[in-house]
Amino acid sequence: MKMELIVALIPLMPLLGFLVLGAGFRTIPRKITAWVGPGVILASLILALVLFFSNGKNTGPTEYHFFTWISAGELRIPLGFLIDPLSLLMIFVVTGVGFIIHVYSVGYMKDDPGFNRFFAFMNLFVFSMLLLVMGNNYPVMFIGWEGVGLCSYLLIGFWFRNQEYNNAAKKAFIMNRIGDLGFLLGMFLLFTTFHTLDYHGVFSQARSLQPGDSTLLAITLLLFVGAVGKSAQIPLYTWLPDAMAGPTPVSALIHAATMVTAGVYMVARSNILYILSPVTMTIIAVVALATILLAASIAVFQKDIKKILAYSTISQLGYMFLALSVGAFSGAMFHLTTHAFFKALLFLGAGSVIHALGGEQDIRKMGGLRKALPVTWLTFLTGTVAISGIPPLSGFFSKDEILMKTFGSSSLLWLFAWLGALLTAFYMFRMFYLVFGNQFRGTTRPGHPLHESPLTMTLPLIVLAFLSFAGGALNMPGLFGGNQLLEHFLAPVFSRSSPALQGELPISHATEWLLTGITLAGVLLMIFWAWRRYVVKGKGLLTDETRRPFWVRIVAEKYRIDELYDFLLVKPSLWLSRFLHDVVELRIIDRMVNGIGQAAIRTGNLLRYIQTGNVGFYLFVMVLGVILIMFFNILI
Amino acid sequence: MFTKYIFILLTVLALYSGIMVLVSRKPIHSVLFLTLTFFAIAGHYVLLNAQFLAVVHVIVYAGAIMVLFLFTVMLLNLNKDEHSPKSRWAKLLAVIAGCMLMLTLIGIFRNYDLAVAYDPMMTQIGLVKNLGKILYENYLLPFELSSILFLTAMVGAVLLGKKEQL
Amino acid sequence: MSTLSSVPIDYYLVFCSLLFCLGVIGVLIKRNALVILMSVELMINSINLLLAAFSAYTNDPAGQIFVFFIMVVAAAEVAIGLAIIVLIYRTTGSIDINVLNKLKW
Repeated sequence: MKMELIVALIPLMPLLGFLVLGAGFRTIPRKITAWVGPGVILASLILALVLFFSNGKNTGPTEYHFFTWISAGELRIPLGFLIDPLSLLMIFVVTGVGFIIHVYSVGYMKDDPGFNRFFAFMNLFVFSMLLLVMGNNYPVMFIGWEGVGLCSYLLIGFWFRNQEYNNAAKKAFIMNRIGDLGFLLGMFLLFTTFHTLDYHGVFSQARSLQPGDSTLLAITLLLFVGAVGKSAQIPLYTWLPDAMAGPTPVSALIHAATMVTAGVYMVARSNILYILSPVTMTIIAVVALATILLAASIAVFQKDIKKILAYSTISQLGYMFLALSVGAFSGAMFHLTTHAFFKALLFLGAGSVIHALGGEQDIRKMGGLRKALPVTWLTFLTGTVAISGIPPLSGFFSKDEILMKTFGSSSLLWLFAWLGALLTAFYMFRMFYLVFGNQFRGTTRPGHPLHESPLTMTLPLIVLAFLSFAGGALNMPGLFGGNQLLEHFLAPVFSRSSPALQGELPISHATEWLLTGITLAGVLLMIFWAWRRYVVKGKGLLTDETRRPFWVRIVAEKYRIDELYDFLLVKPSLWLSRFLHDVVELRIIDRMVNGIGQAAIRTGNLLRYIQTGNVGFYLFVMVLGVILIMFFNILI
Repeated sequence: MFTKYIFILLTVLALYSGIMVLVSRKPIHSVLFLTLTFFAIAGHYVLLNAQFLAVVHVIVYAGAIMVLFLFTVMLLNLNKDEHSPKSRWAKLLAVIAGCMLMLTLIGIFRNYDLAVAYDPMMTQIGLVKNLGKILYENYLLPFELSSILFLTAMVGAVLLGKKEQL
Repeated sequence: MSTLSSVPIDYYLVFCSLLFCLGVIGVLIKRNALVILMSVELMINSINLLLAAFSAYTNDPAGQIFVFFIMVVAAAEVAIGLAIIVLIYRTTGSIDINVLNKLKW
């Protein structure tokens, strides 16, 4: 088959799925949807594999133009796709993990009345995400960017009858929008500077600029604002915990594996711009670190299983951005991939637990589920171990690489990142022990004994567990004798930014071993502490929360950031809109408009007295008029 | 010379009849004076050697239109005296309006130099033959359309005059 | 012998203007609808005469053709006008325009 056709079909298959399921969402029987929904994603995955293997060793970037979308003066934006290692990696992540999650959803959403609608939206999401990663210019990426934001809104508020969920969906969308404004402004600035918006044009021109160029600084900062909104960094992160209102597969796909990583992808794609703006990189590093620590500290005290995972996602995204900020682009992509595996696994596992408990999400009411849900227990354990960074699972390699590169840039950064890793291990194992350890603290529903989930749900868990386990093989660092497959694979994308790389100190092998050892030791210590606290001592039960110390309360209430935003932003906006409505709209504008109508009526009332009905009068006026006309003609 | 006197005579006749149209108390007198005016004007047409027009004028105006007026006045017995006349002021204003019109027109004419170069011999275009040729050659379409106009007028008049079917 | 040489065009102009103004005065003064209609006819005739005069003086037949058509229209107009007046008389019993002011506000 022609390459172009394959490339076009990759995003088109999910779009087709969306159209079919969306049009027939009331009529198509569930059995068909259960095959169509995941099926189109599988088709895209297979096509991507075909693409990968037919390209073979030729990993040079290939661009495919389909048609000119916008052509206005200097601005020419084609609908084009770029197939290079970076986009291929993302395509695999999106379609691969997406397919697994779709299969899981068949089981999870089995009894939901909105089954067809769900898959339609999920397919639309995959389509948008594919557009985002496959585009060869910023506007096409932006289409996908907006599309995933839309699908996020649709899927978070999936159970729309609950107003709280709708609010969460709105919050997500609005915060995304704020980020999008930054993205748009960045695009405008890009266009005025480079007179083109496609990657090739921008990057080739950018290479000739000096590092620290102020325009580039502005552009990268604005684009980063977009990434902050999409990838839930400080300060635009509060939507992600609330987004857990959506069904668990949604949280897995959108808020763990794919949509939130769009920001990371965007920065990675624009690596040349960021390399040339060290100030922005510093800012990114600071923001990322703050996010890591903030989110991790909040996660320690959360009691909703999905919220813990949500904050964990925010924290791990912080790691990805940290990696980007020190120039470790392929490290960030590696962590993105492994994170997709184990975070999706964790979310799906949480979904399995929730499903078994009939909707219970409070971990204080769980416990001792090991015997009842063995497969879930084992896969969940795999995910937790992976995210904590214990070898030989994938998380260890990706996180270690990030820590290494961070140390090469600044040891202060490394210290905070290391603290974050310790916190990660702690809260993850806290969650694990509280959910699966000790005795069951909740209540079962009568007639619904605790049982393992059906095969459609456990099989994806197993696959993801395997990937989390073995994913490290993708990029085994030289330290352990591997040959860094991923880094070499992605090298063509990032290679040209390496010469401009500054401030990277080569680290000796001894230092590497030392750092790895310190990290591992800290992590194991944390796990031991969690085990002691939550398993041996059995803490973490439903304690009286008002007697906690002050600092614990602040952290447990998420530092009151939501309340702060509400006070600073939401209430003034609502006040302003109420003011505009009551005063400006009702009193001023309405009066003006109605006044015009009233004036017309009154004038009409006055003028009608001219109609006396007296023909003689009419004739007289006519003659008078004629005389006047002629008179004025003489004058003029 | 001769024509000049005829011209003056006809002019005076026409003006006198016109004034009498306005001044008469009974409508029937107005009708008759108007007919006289028309004849005077027909005379003017003859003076101008517009023979065809003169004849048509007499046939159409004096012969048809005035007959219509007479019929209407007599059949509907509209020969009542003018009731209490319009208020004096209204009449005065009307006369003033008319005179103003007159003055304006005169003023207009004074502005233009109307010295037209004319052939001192009597013009021949008013003859039936010549007029007919030009009418049928250049102005055929309006000629045909006027037949439709008449059709419309006829139908309208008949329709308007019909008594309502009870 | 020719009118054209002995009577300048200005005489026709003044005469016709006078007739026209007489017609205007008639329209404004009279209360009988019929007489008003007749005054309108007077105005039309004055115009016809003026057109014919100019046509004769400039030897252009278009003027007389135009007079011909004006007469056509005037005839049709009188027919309809009289029909309307008859109808009005039949329905309201009067043709005094001071009485016929139903189109008042």
